[in-house]
Amino acid sequence: MSKKVRIPTPLRKLTNNEELVEVNGSTVGEIIAELQTRYPGFQERLLDDKGQIRRFVNVYVNEEDVRFLDNQNTVLKEGDEVSIIPAIAGG
Amino acid sequence: MDSKTGFMHALKCRECGREYPLTANHVCEYDFGPLEVVYDYDRIKRTLTHAAIESRPKSMWRYRELLPITGEPTVGRQVGFTPLVKADRLAARLGIRELWVKNDTVNYPTLSFKDRVVSVALSRSKELGFKVVACASTGNLANSVAANAASAGLQAYVFIPSDLEQGKVLNSLIYGARVVGIKGHYDEVNRLCAEIAGKFGWAFVNVNMRPYYAEGSKSLGYEIAEQLGWRIPQHTVVPMASGSLLTKVHKAYQELAKLGLVKATPHRMHGAQATGCSPISTAQKAGLDFFKPVKPNTIAKSLAIGTPADGFYALRVMSETGGAADDVTDDEIREGIRLLAECEGIFAETAGGVTVGVAKKLIASGRIPADESAVLCITGHGLKTLDAVAGHVGRAAEIKPSLREFEALTAHDDHPLVNA
Repeated sequence: MSKKVRIPTPLRKLTNNEELVEVNGSTVGEIIAELQTRYPGFQERLLDDKGQIRRFVNVYVNEEDVRFLDNQNTVLKEGDEVSIIPAIAGG
Repeated sequence: MDSKTGFMHALKCRECGREYPLTANHVCEYDFGPLEVVYDYDRIKRTLTHAAIESRPKSMWRYRELLPITGEPTVGRQVGFTPLVKADRLAARLGIRELWVKNDTVNYPTLSFKDRVVSVALSRSKELGFKVVACASTGNLANSVAANAASAGLQAYVFIPSDLEQGKVLNSLIYGARVVGIKGHYDEVNRLCAEIAGKFGWAFVNVNMRPYYAEGSKSLGYEIAEQLGWRIPQHTVVPMASGSLLTKVHKAYQELAKLGLVKATPHRMHGAQATGCSPISTAQKAGLDFFKPVKPNTIAKSLAIGTPADGFYALRVMSETGGAADDVTDDEIREGIRLLAECEGIFAETAGGVTVGVAKKLIASGRIPADESAVLCITGHGLKTLDAVAGHVGRAAEIKPSLREFEALTAHDDHPLVNA
């Protein structure tokens, strides 16, 4: 129990404007599935047809990009925080 | 011109094509694809002619119809129209027939191409009623947002990696902006800014204002084509951080062709990165259409974006135009800075060293044929990154105020003696 997901602005319509959601899943993939059950439409916004995280979506576990970890298989522990962030232009 | 939308039609997702109203919004809520401004080119064609453009003041706003604001520009009216320099001495050194340098080191007011994007972003922010503007930046954007916000009376917050060059930090502080250094690299600054933008409702120029902001880069391409006598150069070499500039210069050439302002001649777009942060050039060299994010480690801090948001599109543009990409080491970057300075009297920041260094490689390897013509986009001034070259360019000689000492010092110099 008790990992948190920070919901980005473009997805808050799905979560009734909730910014921070508590979840139970033990991997990033499980959490996405869990959020899909709770907020239908969530998964298709994050994953492409092949089930991969979309190329303009960045998912972080405690500030580390999951592409530097184990992508959707990244294991989560109690208290971890997951952020979902759209890619941003340069500066 | 329609006062509500100017020459714009809508924002449109580059991935799925869904359209959105012209608000401060950068992401498609269905697939997170970036939103881009769509224009009404038929209407633009009616007023944007060679004669009309050439009759207007020499700034980026002479192409006003192709820039995404609804009224007249209110911030940065003097930005742009920087010199396009025929670089014969550098051409000889690099071994190419014809070479041009688009010199945005002298862009107004903060000496980098970022004044172009900020002029658009802040003019649009004012139209949308924002009072606070902000950005995530590797330095140049921070300088430009701080300066242009000051002149427009807007409050500015700029977020930068805390290890930035001192020059770039001071160059933001001086304008009275709130400067926040984040202990982390740019991608982490970006992540935080995405979260702040979602919460604070400010105009973040490269987050929620990105569709407008990014279009400002096109003016670099319009100017190059006009300054070449209304033609598209055979080769254009562009530094890549997020990859946005390369795609926008290309878009500029395409728009001019579509409007009949230039002939649609073949042109190759080439991308330049630093080896210490080369996700896009690595993918291009491997023939991939996707990149792997990296953790940056390079002196070219203005290009140090490990997760480049427009990397996919930059790869596509290079592939479609037959362009190439390459990357250079820190030493090659310094050598590039020196070459440009010694041959053309232009002192560029590290990104300029990257562009010159990569151009040298592309010419030497024949990817840019020696008998053709190329334009190098030099995007920021060297005075901003003095730390990168300090200790690598020699030292000033020190002597007593004595003619004898001077003669001894220069006895072996190779210089003509007028009265010898």
